Amino acid sequence: MTTYTQEQVNNMVAGTLDWDTTFRMLSMPKDAGRFAMYLHTLQANVTFPDKIVLPLSPHMYIVQSVKTKKWIVKCDCGHEFCGYKENWKLFANIYVRDNAEAMAEVYPKFMAPDTNWQVYREYYCPSCGVMHDVEAPVPWYPVIHDFEPDIDTFYKEWVQMPMPERAA
Amino acid sequence: MNMMSNKEVGFADLLKNGKTLKQYRDEILARTKETGCYDGLKTLALRDRDPIKYEKLFSKLRGGLVHARETAKKIAASPIVEQEGELCFTLYNAVGDCILTSTGIIIHCGTMGAAIKYMCENNWEANPGIADGDMFTNNDCAIGNVHPCDIQTIVPVFHEGRLISWVGGVTHVIDTGAVTPGSMNTGQTSRFGDGYMITCRKTGVNDTCLRDWLHESQRSIRTPKYWILDEKTRIAGCHMIRELVHEVIAADGVADYEAFCQEVIEEGRLGLIMRIKDMCIPGVYRKVAFVDVPYAHEDVGVSSKCAKLDSILHSPVEMTIYKDGKWRLSFEGASRWGWHTFNAHHVAFTSGLWVAMCQTLVPTQRINDGAYFATEMHLPKGTWCNPDDRRTGHAYAWHFLVSGWSALWRGLSQSYYSRGYLEETNAGNANTSNWLQGGGINQDGEIHAVNSFEASSCGTGACALKDGLNHAAAIWNPEGDMGDIEIWEMAEPLLYLGRNVKANSGGYGKYRGGCGFETLRMVWNSQDWSMFFMGNGYMNSDWGLMGGYPSATGYRFEAHKTGLERRIANGEAIPLGADLDPTAKVYEQSIDATAVVKRDQQCITTEECYANHDLYLNYLRGGPGFGDPLTRDTKAIESDLNQKFLLVEFARKVYGAVVTQDAKGVYHVDAEKTKARRVEIRKERIARSVPTREWMKEERTRIVNKHASQAVQHMYATSHALSEKWATKFRTFWDLPADWAVKEDELGIPSYGSKFRMDLSLLPDVRTVVQVEE
Repeated sequence: MTTYTQEQVNNMVAGTLDWDTTFRMLSMPKDAGRFAMYLHTLQANVTFPDKIVLPLSPHMYIVQSVKTKKWIVKCDCGHEFCGYKENWKLFANIYVRDNAEAMAEVYPKFMAPDTNWQVYREYYCPSCGVMHDVEAPVPWYPVIHDFEPDIDTFYKEWVQMPMPERAA
Repeated sequence: MNMMSNKEVGFADLLKNGKTLKQYRDEILARTKETGCYDGLKTLALRDRDPIKYEKLFSKLRGGLVHARETAKKIAASPIVEQEGELCFTLYNAVGDCILTSTGIIIHCGTMGAAIKYMCENNWEANPGIADGDMFTNNDCAIGNVHPCDIQTIVPVFHEGRLISWVGGVTHVIDTGAVTPGSMNTGQTSRFGDGYMITCRKTGVNDTCLRDWLHESQRSIRTPKYWILDEKTRIAGCHMIRELVHEVIAADGVADYEAFCQEVIEEGRLGLIMRIKDMCIPGVYRKVAFVDVPYAHEDVGVSSKCAKLDSILHSPVEMTIYKDGKWRLSFEGASRWGWHTFNAHHVAFTSGLWVAMCQTLVPTQRINDGAYFATEMHLPKGTWCNPDDRRTGHAYAWHFLVSGWSALWRGLSQSYYSRGYLEETNAGNANTSNWLQGGGINQDGEIHAVNSFEASSCGTGACALKDGLNHAAAIWNPEGDMGDIEIWEMAEPLLYLGRNVKANSGGYGKYRGGCGFETLRMVWNSQDWSMFFMGNGYMNSDWGLMGGYPSATGYRFEAHKTGLERRIANGEAIPLGADLDPTAKVYEQSIDATAVVKRDQQCITTEECYANHDLYLNYLRGGPGFGDPLTRDTKAIESDLNQKFLLVEFARKVYGAVVTQDAKGVYHVDAEKTKARRVEIRKERIARSVPTREWMKEERTRIVNKHASQAVQHMYATSHALSEKWATKFRTFWDLPADWAVKEDELGIPSYGSKFRMDLSLLPDVRTVVQVEE
C-alpha cells in the first residue's frame, strides 16, 4: 500500500508538493489513509473550532458546529451558509454576467460567451467575497444543487472512520 | 422423412454448440442479469487457479494489440492516422463483448462491438455468412458508430472451424464523400448527406478484398489514395492480431484462452467498482454542459430550410454513486436531436465515456466492456445522444460528445477533491476545436480534402494542485499529437504563417486551464479551394471548477482579397505569428485595407471559397480553470504575462495583479500591492452582488415573460417535450404554474422532428441493439 507523510499531504494542500511525489500519487494505487490526513491538514489551516466533516471546495466545508453539533456548510472565513443537506448557493451572494460589458471584464472581445446564449453566475461568500463557484448556464437555468454526499456510508463503510456526531 | 440441413435453414452453427450467435449472446446477458456478474462468473477460475498464466495471457494479448497498432499505422499515408494516431484495434469474444483494446481512439472498443452485436442479432451468420478469412466493413452511425469517417474493418477469428473471437480495426479517414469535403462536416442536415455509409458489409473473403468493394468505395470518397492505405492499415492490424490469437491458443490452449476472454471482462467490471470505492464518495452529483448550434447565420449554407435555426444542446447529468460502488449515470432532461450533424448514437456516448474515464477514474490497460456492465446508463430515447429517428446526421458528433462528458468529469472531480485526492481533481478538458476542414484541388493537382487534426492538442483543465497543460491533449485520444508543421504542409495546400500559444484561452483560476494554440494558414498553390470552421463560438462548453472560470470561447478569423501575393513580392509586411489580442485586429494591419475579413464568433460555417493567399486562423481551445483566481500565485501570473499566455488587462481585472513593465518589456507583479488590491476586489464583489434568492425573483419574472433568445427557448422546449420529469423539476424550482410551458410551435421557427419521428427499429427485418436504459 502506498503511503505518504503528513508533511507531504500538507504540501499537497498548499500546492507546494514536489513533482516526484505528485507523480507517485497519480500513478500508484491510492492510499487509504489519505482522507484522515487530509482532514488533519485542513483542520489545522482553518481558524474556526468546528470539526470538518467533509471538504467541498478550497474555501468551503461541511462542518460539525462546535456549539450545536449540527452539520452546516461553512466558509473558511467563518461564514455559515446553511444546513449540510441544503444547496449553499441559495444562501450565497450572486453576480450574473449577463451583458457584453460584464463579460468584457473577464475575457477579450470575441473570446467571451454571447450572453444571449450563456451567462456566468459567480457565487461569492457574503462575508469575505471569495468566489466559491462559477456557473456558466443558459439563462433561466435552475441553480444547480451539485452534490449531496452520502456521508454516513462513506464514513462507516468506505473509509471506516468514526463519524462526527450529528444533531438533528 | 425429409429434413432440411443447417445450410438450408440458414443455421451456420459457428459456435459448434448448436446455438446461434444471438442465442448464445442472450444466454450470456441472462446469466449476467441473474447473477450481477459478467456471464455469471461469480469466481474467476482461471485467474485464481493460475494467476501467472492469466497475467501472461493479458500481457501477450494487450501487447499484441498495441504492437499491431504501432506497426500498422506506418502503412497509412494520412497524417490523421500516421501522425495523430487516430486508429485502434480491439479483440472481442464471439458475441462482440470487448476483451481488450489497444491504445489510440479507444472509444471504438464499444462501437465495433456494437457492429458485431448487430451482426449477431440480425443473423449475419445465415446471410451473408460468416467464415474464416471474411472481412466486414462498417461505419454506420445508426448502429453505434461515432461518425461516418471512422471506418471499421472487422475480422472473425476461427479455431478448428469454430468462431471464438473477432478483431476490429478502425481508422479515422480523411474524407467520407459527404456533401462537403473533410471527415467531419457541417453542410448536411441528415444521414443522407453524411457520406458513404456501410452497414457491416462483407467486403472480403479468403483474406482478399472484394473487387466491387474496392471500386465502389474508392470512387465514393474524395481521397482514394489515403482511403486505400487506411484500409490496408486496418486489415494488416486485424490479421496480425488474428495470428496472435492463434499463437496464444497454440501455446496456452483454447480452453484457457476462452476462459480468459470471459474472466477479463468480469475483472473489468469488478475493477471499476473497486476504483469507485477507492476514489469517490457515495452520493448524488449534478452537473450540466451546453454547446451552441448556430445555424441561423448566413454563413451556414445548408440544403434544408428546416435546419436554419439557432439552438443549444443540453446535457444534464445526475451521477449517483451507490453504497456498493456501482453507479448510475442519468441524462434525463437532455435536449432533442436536431437537423445538424452533432447527434450521437447511444453507443458512441457510452463507449466514448470510457475514453474519458481511462484518463481519470480507471487509468488501466484493461479497457474492456467490464466497466459497461458495472454502470447503469440512462439515456432517454429521442435525445441528441440517443436519437429516435433514422434520418439523423452524425458527422460532427464530437461537437457535443466532448462537452457532454465534461459535466460527468466535474462530478467525479468533486468526489476526488472531497476525498483528498487533489492530484486527480481536474476541471475538465477543452472543447477540442476548431476543426479546419475543406477541400478542392490541392498543390499536387488532385481532388483533395483536409481535416487538420491540430485539435488533438488543446489545453487541458486545471488540476487542484497545478495548472492545466498547454496545447497538449484531446479527450478523445489519450495519445493525441498536434503533428509536425512540415507534414501538414505536405498534406494541405496551406502554409503556416504562425503557430503560437493562444493567450487568454485557458480558464482563469488559482490554477489556470492549459492554453490552446493558434495557427495562421495561408492558402497556397490550390485551385477551387474551400474551407469551413467547426467549433464552439457563442458558448463555452467546459465550465471551471470550484471558483475557476470556464475556458474562453472560440472565434473565427478569415481574410480574402488580402493582397498578400503582391505584398510578399514587394517585401512588405505580412501577418505573422499570433493574434495575441483579437480586439487589436493586428492581422488586418498587414493586409490590404480592402480585404474582406470575417472576425466574429460564428464558429460553425459551411464551405467558403478561398483563393490563394487568403488567410484562415485555426484557434485551438484552452481548458477550464480551478479555484478563485484571486488566490493565484503572483509569480505564476508574472510568468504567464512574460510568456504571452495572458494579456495584462486581464491580469489586472481577473487576478487583481498590480503589474509594471520595465524598460526591457518584462512584466513584474508586486505581491504586496496585489494582496491589497485583492482585498478591494473582494469588497467590490460583495458590493455588486445580491443574495441569490433576491436574484431568483428577477430571473423568475424573465421566465414568466419568456424573456430569452430563441436559441435558449428552443433548447428548453425540446428538453421539456422529451422529459415531463425534468420539466416538472424546472417548474418546481422556479415556482411556475403547473401549466407553464415553452413550446417549439410558439417560437416562429421550423420545428421539424418535434412531433413525427421514425426509429431505425421500425424498418423491416431490422433488430437494433439497445445497450442503455432508454
